[in-house]
Amino acid sequence: MSDAVYDVLIIGGGPGGYVSAIRSAQLGFKTALVEREHLGGICLNWGCIPTKALLRSAEIFHFANHAKDYGLTLNGSMSVNVADVVKRSRGVSQQLNGGVAFLMKKNKVDVIWGEAKITKVGEVSVGKSTKPVVEPQNPIPKGVLGDGVYKAKHIIVATGARPRVLPGIEPDKNLIWTYFEAMVPKTMPKSLIVMGSGAIGIEFASFYRTMGADVTVVEVMNQILPVEDAEIAALARKSFEKQGIKILSGAKVLGVKKGVDSVTATIQDEKGATTEITADRLISAVGVVGNIENLGLEALGVKTDRGCVVTDGLGHTNIAGIYAIGDVAGPPMLAHKAEHEGVICIEGIKGLHVHPMDKLKIPGCTYCHPQVASVGLTEAKAKEQGYTTKVGRFSFIGNGKAIALGEPEGMVKTLFDAKTGKLLGAHMIGAEVTELIQGYVVAMTLETTEEDLIHTVFPHPTLSEMMHESVLDAYGRVIHV
Amino acid sequence: MSVNVLMPALSPTMEKGNLSKWLKKEGDTIKSGDVLAEIETDKATMEVEAVDEGILAKIVVPAGSNDVPVNQLIAIIAAEGEDVSKVGTGSAPVAAAAAAAAPAAATLAPAAAAPVAAAHAPQTVSGSKVFASPLAKRIAKDGGLDLSRVTGSGPHGRIVERDVRAALAGGVSAPAPKASAAPVAAPAAAPAPAISDDQTRKLFTPGSFDEIPHDGMRKTIARRLTEARQTVPQFYLTMDCEIDALLKLREQINASAPKDKEGKVSWKVSVNDMVIKALALALVRVPDANVTWTETAMLKHHHADVGVAVALPGNGLITPIIRHADTVTLSGIALAMKDFAARAKSRKLKPEEYQGGTTAVSNLGMFGIKDFTAVINPPHSTILAVGAGEQRPVVKNGALAIATVMSVTLSCDHRAVDGALGAELIAAIKVLIENPMSLLV
Repeated sequence: MSDAVYDVLIIGGGPGGYVSAIRSAQLGFKTALVEREHLGGICLNWGCIPTKALLRSAEIFHFANHAKDYGLTLNGSMSVNVADVVKRSRGVSQQLNGGVAFLMKKNKVDVIWGEAKITKVGEVSVGKSTKPVVEPQNPIPKGVLGDGVYKAKHIIVATGARPRVLPGIEPDKNLIWTYFEAMVPKTMPKSLIVMGSGAIGIEFASFYRTMGADVTVVEVMNQILPVEDAEIAALARKSFEKQGIKILSGAKVLGVKKGVDSVTATIQDEKGATTEITADRLISAVGVVGNIENLGLEALGVKTDRGCVVTDGLGHTNIAGIYAIGDVAGPPMLAHKAEHEGVICIEGIKGLHVHPMDKLKIPGCTYCHPQVASVGLTEAKAKEQGYTTKVGRFSFIGNGKAIALGEPEGMVKTLFDAKTGKLLGAHMIGAEVTELIQGYVVAMTLETTEEDLIHTVFPHPTLSEMMHESVLDAYGRVIHV
Repeated sequence: MSVNVLMPALSPTMEKGNLSKWLKKEGDTIKSGDVLAEIETDKATMEVEAVDEGILAKIVVPAGSNDVPVNQLIAIIAAEGEDVSKVGTGSAPVAAAAAAAAPAAATLAPAAAAPVAAAHAPQTVSGSKVFASPLAKRIAKDGGLDLSRVTGSGPHGRIVERDVRAALAGGVSAPAPKASAAPVAAPAAAPAPAISDDQTRKLFTPGSFDEIPHDGMRKTIARRLTEARQTVPQFYLTMDCEIDALLKLREQINASAPKDKEGKVSWKVSVNDMVIKALALALVRVPDANVTWTETAMLKHHHADVGVAVALPGNGLITPIIRHADTVTLSGIALAMKDFAARAKSRKLKPEEYQGGTTAVSNLGMFGIKDFTAVINPPHSTILAVGAGEQRPVVKNGALAIATVMSVTLSCDHRAVDGALGAELIAAIKVLIENPMSLLV
């Protein structure tokens, strides 16, 4: 407890919150961060990071199962030790969790442990968390401040989001899973239904399939990975189906019946016909909703819309002195979007020159196998907006490095405004594309035209050369096809 | 040890100036306090005085050099006894190129209010490179837009797509942030005209006009007043004031002015001087109107500093400021205005004499103008436009009468002064003008 008034107090220690706190401290503000459960938020503890660890184990398992292709022989076969796979993933989270605590200390940000409620503009009351703790949890960091009333000139809500719950299909921590349970399986399910084919659903589908489970993905839209470009989504679907993942699109889960150690879902297709599918477990991955409850927002009159706080492009809510950033402030629900929104909000408070983020320059990555990554407009959206486009495509099969790696599956697609040469969108599927996409994002941020990309020297032999070839293809001068 | 003479910053916002004249030549002995050179800024001509003593060893920037950046080396003074010929440029500090605050409104506005003007210097003129993204360059080229006329809102003042799109859409200044009605950072950059200079020239028969390059003052007037018109939501309130009593009082005051040995009066109070005082006192009576708008807060001033528009011969304009005008006597105002006007005409006003202020008066009455609306000069929230006092028919007690009437129009910045408040202020001005004895207390 302290009598001091903070310049900035941030509620929520996820990527949006802790990055804002660091930037705030860098700009000389007296800063506090309130966290009730885990520094690093969902991203670090139950999202982005642990899934990448799990997927890495799956990737190595996949390579091991194809060792012969590379002239390698395994005496016997590789097996999955679920507990150890999960342990590694939790270990990675724990390490990074400690890392955030270190960063808070280094930047002299006061960490207040507890659940915050904004009692009035400029004042926050911190008490015991009302949220049930998800195990395993890391220990509370040292040196945190405790319950009490804290004053701050600027309060930033960065409380993130939680899984959306469909009525009748409520997660029960046993048979019906959210990403929380899917992250720490005790045993490998033999079969799995994944409801929802966004990034979260597809990543878990990919992980569990690679680890040997029988996976069925149910998606209500006609396209899996609905936000991606249709052509890329179609290639992804083909690849998943080749891997043995069953995909039901245009399909809705009407309800579930729980067995002793299994769950049966009733699924309705577009024509109205229903089927029943039984699996060991069902993962509900139908989106997330902002954590706007128990913050005191209603009493203060802070405007919310469909579970998210309404903000202008700079993090301001309708109440002066109260801001919101990250997942709680609406889509896209991405950690890097939260980080940048947080920085923009802080810099705006400082009086620096800021602009809202350009949503068309925020990349999205899905770490399934093959990976998917994209930025900007899809071909359909570009057409909708009236652009005449030049489209370039380059398949992995034409790239030397891809063949040498044994990763011939994939494509790089680029979209240009025919009139100005503006790069409107880039869509990629294949090995390592989540690491490659940044090249296009940097180019878009610098407002490239096709000419600049054509003149850029990409190194050989790399997968990134395909980024060059795709642009050449858009302008009718592709080389390696 | 030789001393480097650098281009001085003659005001907090000055970025460059014209070195018009050297008053000493190489080889001259320099004493502390000697005037070395004359620097011309956008508003006035200033003298550069020597701080150190020695011999003027080398003139680095010759007379007549324009756009010399602040802190650039202009001359070297060698110490007494030093070999003048051996003096090099030494450790001359790097010339501070135009990265800092653009010559914006006076320094009263805090950072929050002037994020754009402060963070993005407009593209420097006179042949320097224009920084624009590749896409912006191409869009500008395709649209026939002259990039040197566009102010960039990107990193380091770079011109980006939104800037050229806004310029092509017809000189609209603020590239509005896309997804929101963000109040804070809408950049109020200098707008690009819809047609370029070349296209403008092409509209006239070659040879049918002369081309007179703009001096600093003209460029500044164009930029600041365009910016004011585009960023300040202005509204106008007009009132007619009967000034017979005021004119009578003025006569009495001037008749009682002390005379010197030759019978010349020490001071002469004008109608405008009295209007200045009335405006200042009105702001004291209506302090909520004595404010300046900033994005984060309203600045409520403790004093009424009144800027007074002075026309300069040859088409120029400057507004010297009577500080704490509410506390200055009428004769004090008259004397200050006389001095300001003289020095304004010879371009010898110091920056602190014309920068800032909380309000202004502009008087075109001497030209017979009945009434007009003046443009607000940021950081002021108001400006009073004064017309000619003329005999007009008026109605008194239901009957036609004749009175000397002067129309005054108050322009208000609606962000800071709402209608009712503006009305209260102009009503207070009218009461003071029509009861002129109140100007004496």
